[in-house]
Amino acid sequence: MAKTKRRSVLKLAGGAAMGGMAGILATGRTPAYAQQKTVHWLKWVDFVPATDQMFRRELVPQAEKELGMKINLETVNGNDLQPRITAGIQSGSGADIIMSFNSYTHLYANSVVDMGPLAEEVGKREGGIYKYAQAICSNGKGVYMGMPWAVIGGMIAYRKSWLDEVGATKFPDTWESYRDVAKKLKAKGRPFGQTLGHTFGDAPGFTYPYMWSWGGKEVEADGKTVVINSKETVESVKFMTGLWKDGMDEGGLAWDDTNNNRAFLSQTIAATLNGASIYIESLRKPDQYKTEKGEPLNKDILHAPLPKGPAGQFGFHLLQSNMVMKYSKNQDAAKQFLTWLHQEANYRKFFESQKGFATPCTAKWEEDKLWDVDPVMTPYKVAAKLGQAPGFAGPPDAKAQEGLSKYIITDMYAKAVQGMPAEESVKWAESELKKIYVA
Amino acid sequence: MAVTAVAGAEARPIPRLRRLEDERWLALALLMPTAILLGLFIAYPFFEGVLLSLTSQRVGVPGEFVGLKNFVKIWNDSIFRTTVWNTFWYTGVTTVFKLALGLWLAMLLNRHFKGKALVRAFILLPFIIPTVLSTFAWKWMFDPTFSVINWALFHLGLITQRINWLGDPDLAMTSIIVVNIWRGVPFFAISLLAGLQTISPELNEAAAIDGARPWNRFWYVTWPLLLPVTMVVMLFSVIQTFADFQLVYVMTGGGPANATHLFATYAYQLGIGTGLLSEGAAISLAMFPFLFIIVVVQLLYIRRVETR
Repeated sequence: MAKTKRRSVLKLAGGAAMGGMAGILATGRTPAYAQQKTVHWLKWVDFVPATDQMFRRELVPQAEKELGMKINLETVNGNDLQPRITAGIQSGSGADIIMSFNSYTHLYANSVVDMGPLAEEVGKREGGIYKYAQAICSNGKGVYMGMPWAVIGGMIAYRKSWLDEVGATKFPDTWESYRDVAKKLKAKGRPFGQTLGHTFGDAPGFTYPYMWSWGGKEVEADGKTVVINSKETVESVKFMTGLWKDGMDEGGLAWDDTNNNRAFLSQTIAATLNGASIYIESLRKPDQYKTEKGEPLNKDILHAPLPKGPAGQFGFHLLQSNMVMKYSKNQDAAKQFLTWLHQEANYRKFFESQKGFATPCTAKWEEDKLWDVDPVMTPYKVAAKLGQAPGFAGPPDAKAQEGLSKYIITDMYAKAVQGMPAEESVKWAESELKKIYVA
Repeated sequence: MAVTAVAGAEARPIPRLRRLEDERWLALALLMPTAILLGLFIAYPFFEGVLLSLTSQRVGVPGEFVGLKNFVKIWNDSIFRTTVWNTFWYTGVTTVFKLALGLWLAMLLNRHFKGKALVRAFILLPFIIPTVLSTFAWKWMFDPTFSVINWALFHLGLITQRINWLGDPDLAMTSIIVVNIWRGVPFFAISLLAGLQTISPELNEAAAIDGARPWNRFWYVTWPLLLPVTMVVMLFSVIQTFADFQLVYVMTGGGPANATHLFATYAYQLGIGTGLLSEGAAISLAMFPFLFIIVVVQLLYIRRVETR
């Protein structure tokens, strides 16, 4: 939906006054400004406000000048991207480029333009696109439904001093030790905190990797055979029930993606899986966020990956890509703009403004000196490399996305935590997944 | 003035306008704008919705005709069954409370006291504030970590542990019911107050002189006279509550574990979140027969009450 801005109305009025409507009618031509190419880019409101400011003040004006086009940047809440994509596709009009979260790319595969050539070019130039980004953004046959943009890594942010107090000198790296530490801390009124609510980021970011690390998975590699009802999954659910009672903040069932940030910053929880936003916020306001001893809170925050399970260690991070929509009448201009954005000098401005919150999707950036600036942020540099997508062991296709947006895996754990026997909640998830994969 | 009147009488209306002197044509002409609006914004989307629910359309993928397959699918869907139960429970409980509290408030407001106009205006506030805004305020009050309700209860010594308002399935449902009641009571109160004011005070006075006690006066005089208004108000409220969306979407998003999904929120989750437009449409339409039956029963009852 194109917005009418006060400015464009003024321009139009000015144009009409100078050239006059009569002039337009006589020549049959609209004034030159109306012929200029316009690209409408719809993206999320960045969790790092400095980035959106940078786009509006620097990159967008620069792109407009260098490419000779008008760029209309619009930002909306991440949860509102899908309604906008749906409305755009169904009505055949809307933004030319829309940011995609995770496997939206597969969900809207029929309605987007192939970005393969650009992906290939950037991949070649920057040491290759990570497998995780390839799986989510491409169909495996060279077609890219979205141009990989960045990964918002999910790592556990934790309170170093609180863990020290219970004798944990580093963050626990197995689920058993995770539970032990959480239990000790909960006894002191400082539990670990995690959402099991209906929310796009932190809940699946925790539950999927947790399930995988126990050896549970939704489907076989064929992407058809539902195998979630396994001994491993049941084990993981049972462990979660105990963990929840012993060591977690039980309010987590109702948390959205922001609750854990607030709980952590107000010192009610000792650790939580999150993007780097908690730490970045504490850096931004060192005077507001202090520890109980009056020290700046940001000096007491460290990051660690999710612990290992019997089947390994996993992560599922929010992957963002940009889709050029098929209905767009400015596809060439849109591609031109994205190509420009992905030039190293331009992309770097975005990367640096994020201070590590976003991890690029190509290998080259792993070596960037930005990761040495702040050792607290260093763990995030491999987020994109270690990620795995929902739908594992099958492809992250539309069916996997359906399972994700129905919150089946998250609800499987939530139900058990609320008292349903583990076997039953896994059976419930199995029947829901079968409806998606077998039907 | 006289001159223009004469001139007007002399100038005959042009023939096309004369046709409007016929009442049937005039009625048609006056009804047209409404009919077009209703057709465009109610009837057309409704039929589109019906057609959509009979196809296998996804976002960006034109589907084919599949008959009632979507309805069969949702019928076997455990989340959908939870949703149906939730919606009935939510509508039923809130309507009873809204009616009881609204009536009580209306009776109080119908008395004479100082600052009556001001109080009446304030009563309407919950109804006037945009739902999303007030719901956000409630969301904060029920926040798992920072709930002001928990804080107050704790400091009053009534609880020792936090109450998990939106995280426990039953409490989450209770919480959204409380918010809906809070929001809906003013509508009942003001509408019923209007109804109360049409009842002549003489009737009550006459009953009082005959020795009727307050409860009897209410039950045998006020209530029967108020019943038609009450039924209409309930009709509106039931329809709105049954199709509620914003409140649940903001407070819980249908969670925890689908414990608070209503028809509209689940239809949205499937239609928009999952891109299954046809299934989302089927869920929205599944609301229709239930609502239709409720409305028909209520309308029949209203007619009976009115003709009694």
